[in-house]
Amino acid sequence: MSEVKDTQGQLWEVFIQTKKGLPFKHFGSVHAYDKEMAIQNARDLYTRRGEGRGMWVVPADAIVAVDSTDDESFFDPSDDKVYRHPTFYELPDGLKNM
Amino acid sequence: MGAEELDVLFQERIDANDKIEPRDNMPEEYRKHLIRQMSQHAHSEVIGMQPEGNWITRAPSLRAKKILLAKVQDEAGHGLYLYSATETLGITRDELIEKLHAGKAKYASIFNYPALTWADMGAIGWLVDGAAITNQVSLQKTSYGPYARAMVKICKEESFHQRQGYEIIASMAAGTEEQKEMAQDALNRFWWPSLMMFGPHDSDSPRSGNAMKWKIKRESNDVLRKRFIDKTVSQVELIGLTVPDKDLKWNEKEQSYDFGAIDWDEFWAVIKGGGPCNIKRLKHHKKAHTDGEWVRKAAAAYAQKHSKK
Repeated sequence: MSEVKDTQGQLWEVFIQTKKGLPFKHFGSVHAYDKEMAIQNARDLYTRRGEGRGMWVVPADAIVAVDSTDDESFFDPSDDKVYRHPTFYELPDGLKNM
Repeated sequence: MGAEELDVLFQERIDANDKIEPRDNMPEEYRKHLIRQMSQHAHSEVIGMQPEGNWITRAPSLRAKKILLAKVQDEAGHGLYLYSATETLGITRDELIEKLHAGKAKYASIFNYPALTWADMGAIGWLVDGAAITNQVSLQKTSYGPYARAMVKICKEESFHQRQGYEIIASMAAGTEEQKEMAQDALNRFWWPSLMMFGPHDSDSPRSGNAMKWKIKRESNDVLRKRFIDKTVSQVELIGLTVPDKDLKWNEKEQSYDFGAIDWDEFWAVIKGGGPCNIKRLKHHKKAHTDGEWVRKAAAAYAQKHSKK
């Protein structure tokens, strides 16, 4: 989508950390011509009410995403590895603190 | 997979209340419907800044002025959330603006009415934003992910808009005789256009079928309109004003209000360009866009120069 050039600047994706210590979450996108403008626009657009403690802006075309037509097969390999989950194991009754 | 098979799979996902994301397969008509609806929504937020922006320099106090500035800034923000969400469907911001300027994309007709007095700032926040909230709360459950997420964020912010509007109208209704008259007059002028914001009756709403099937729209125009009336009437009475509808009556059996006939001729006339401010609103938007062209060019040139260093 971001390869589309228009006269209103390129597309940047905005990630915001709402509290120190929390993960950064995708909030939306902004148009801007350079990174300084992107971060200022993102501040004005997405953090008018103290929503932000940290912020990343990333050029949208720098993001690599899984193609939706094969996302199922892409994530398939984890389906047959139930032993990666703690509930897979049969343990003796009476076991404590584990 | 054939197109028909894909459509069946798509409808199955919709029926299972899956959210559709930008890169997912979707029928072309679904994409078109969303672009039309979401861009109209975005344009409404942006054009909606005009009647209120008009009062920023004439706000009666510094407090009122700061609030109005914040509200108008929010509307710009809502427009931008919605433009971004619309762009995920594969259309550029430039194209969206071009369609608005060419008259191919619409915006909410309510903004073709003038804001004549300070009381109108109250009526707009209270009734126009109130009607918009009723619609947008419902749209938080819309099937297209980016649209639904934009609605969640917008609804959070709209609540301030409605409360600030009601504060204005309530304080005027409690003021001098003249101020109370202004409050009632604003209510008289904005009541019916606010009801029209929900669109034609369900029986006359040609695009509702697909929109409901695809869960773009979750509730019908008439259901939403009734909900808005039911919650607003007591707000009118609380401050001693009168709903300008002689047929408005509580229906005990339905636990809801019956109301008078809406003037649909007026609704269609305003949509088709015959409202008091249609020409002015679009002209102003075009001028602002053209006046800003050198800024866009300068910013692009600056960015290019610095990227070479």
